[in-house]
Amino acid sequence: MSWLRIDGVTRRFGGKAALERLDLDIEQGEFIALLGPSGCGKSTALNCLAGLLPLSEGSIWQDDTRLDTLPPERRGFGMVFQSYALFPHLSVRKNIAFGLQMRRLPRAEVRRRTDEAIKLVRLEEHATKLPGQLSGGQQQRVAIARAVVLEPSLVLMDEPLSNLDAKLRLEMRTEIRRLHQSLGLTTVYVTHDQEEALSMADRLVVLRDGRVQQIGTPEELHTRPANRHVADFMGYRNLLPLKVTAVTPDVVTVEGSGLALRGTGVGTLAAGDEVVAAVRPEDLVVGEGGVPVTVEVVEYQGRELAVEARTEQGLRLHLRAVERPAPGDRITVVADPSRVLVFPA
Amino acid sequence: MTATTRTAPRTALRHRLAERGIDRQLLLLVPALLAVLILFIYPFAYGMGLSFQPAEGGVLGAYRNFFGDAYQRDTIGTTLQLALPAAFLNVAASVPIAYRMRGRFRGKRLLTTLLVVPITLGTVLTAEGLLNFLGPTGWFNRTLLEAGLVDGPLRLTNNYWGVFFSLVITGFPFAFLLILSYLSGIDPTLERAAATLGAGWWPRFHRITLPLLAPGLATTFCLTFVLAFSVFPSAVLVGDPAGTTRVISIAAYHAAYEAYDYSLASAIAVVMGVVELAVVAAVLGVRSLFYTGSTGGKG
Repeated sequence: MSWLRIDGVTRRFGGKAALERLDLDIEQGEFIALLGPSGCGKSTALNCLAGLLPLSEGSIWQDDTRLDTLPPERRGFGMVFQSYALFPHLSVRKNIAFGLQMRRLPRAEVRRRTDEAIKLVRLEEHATKLPGQLSGGQQQRVAIARAVVLEPSLVLMDEPLSNLDAKLRLEMRTEIRRLHQSLGLTTVYVTHDQEEALSMADRLVVLRDGRVQQIGTPEELHTRPANRHVADFMGYRNLLPLKVTAVTPDVVTVEGSGLALRGTGVGTLAAGDEVVAAVRPEDLVVGEGGVPVTVEVVEYQGRELAVEARTEQGLRLHLRAVERPAPGDRITVVADPSRVLVFPA
Repeated sequence: MTATTRTAPRTALRHRLAERGIDRQLLLLVPALLAVLILFIYPFAYGMGLSFQPAEGGVLGAYRNFFGDAYQRDTIGTTLQLALPAAFLNVAASVPIAYRMRGRFRGKRLLTTLLVVPITLGTVLTAEGLLNFLGPTGWFNRTLLEAGLVDGPLRLTNNYWGVFFSLVITGFPFAFLLILSYLSGIDPTLERAAATLGAGWWPRFHRITLPLLAPGLATTFCLTFVLAFSVFPSAVLVGDPAGTTRVISIAAYHAAYEAYDYSLASAIAVVMGVVELAVVAAVLGVRSLFYTGSTGGKG
């Protein structure tokens, strides 16, 4: 039996379900990412867990204790908000000490644990400043310290990095993962950034329109997305509406719009089915005997080039190239059948 | 000298002025400045001057007159005794109601309208209503008598309480509206964050919301106090203008229009202003002890 059990949690807003029957078991020490586009219900799920939103249906259990009937202040979870939600009138130290004081701990212990937390996020020289005097990254670290200083049984993070610039985001990603491991935390992390989720989480939950699409490890989601929506989210930028022409146990052949591809079927498919073939740009390469396309846009991306090309029938393809083709060039592209996933449309 | 060196200082001057915010757009201020000058500064200075030119007694004669006469001097205390508790009650009563109403809920607009109606009624109508409702034969007393809760009618009009109720009825909507807007300027996520840190509703309110609201409360208190301090119509209509509610504005009115002593009337007006300023300064002094920066909300 798992440590934290989310059982059929549903949340409706005015009759419309923002979150539909979420079932999830979380083990102690796990890092779970809730991933999905905006409006998919991931923040709703987090707020339901935190107790900031009442559930419409379902229950949340920690061991044998029912949690969803408790108010947020009695669940013992820590939460990091997207806007950080630091108390603007309290210094960094007082922000971090707030939760400890709420627990009525002895003053000496509050002081010791606050000091430790400040040290943990390396804000020693900023301890007496007000949040308004800190940079975004520093505010973020205060928010994290404030949540973890209570040694919560579960830490909830709501897109904590979305307000930071790209470089800082990478640094904080490592920082959060480091804290998760060194403090032995259990974390539920909400994000819309698939790269962030893949790099940080032990398990991912992909949501769309309030429904779970797939739950799995980063590898599983990356290589075997369960449906075209997950594939779309996992970086399969080429989603080609095609038709099945032949099915063998290993390979599905699909055609349409002036191109023919061989790929791997997901689910049961038969000849004549309308399908979506999903291919990552990096799996579509320039090669002999493939699909003829015309180059339209070339973007320099450091080690390689991102190319946008069109087939004669106007189907747009995203691919990678090592040598710079010029717009207007005619090239042929190929893909490994194991890297082409064919989903029922 | 070449042409370039001659023109250089001229452009630089214009830029230097613009840097300090001096440009032709400043002319837009002229109409407003004129209005302030003619309608406010000049009459104010004129009244000030008048208060120092009594018919007898030298420059400070009018002031000596006012402070020397206990009947006049005590109007300061009488007015403060009305205005301070009324302003305090208005702010204190607005906070819980506005706190409850800060979120979005059905019927909020209707409730806000109902609470704000007294502003539009004006003090005279309120006073008439109070006389009918709280008077010796009004509904309130009749209900109490019928229910056997009192032996004789309670005296709630034509005394201190009549004026006090009138000040609360007309001052409360102001205080409520101001505090509601200050409250909606505080980011609601802060309280949710406090909740996840283990704070129940009371610590959430008094450790997070109240300190952030404190500057707004101080401002609201000052405004409702100033409104209440210059009370005049209700002090006459539902008060006891010859005795317990002889407020300072009545003293000024008597001096000006019954004794025709404009100098004394002006002196009383100046004293009124000084007392108001003293209270406002004290409140703002206390306010500066609190955090007054951003409250993270929509402002």
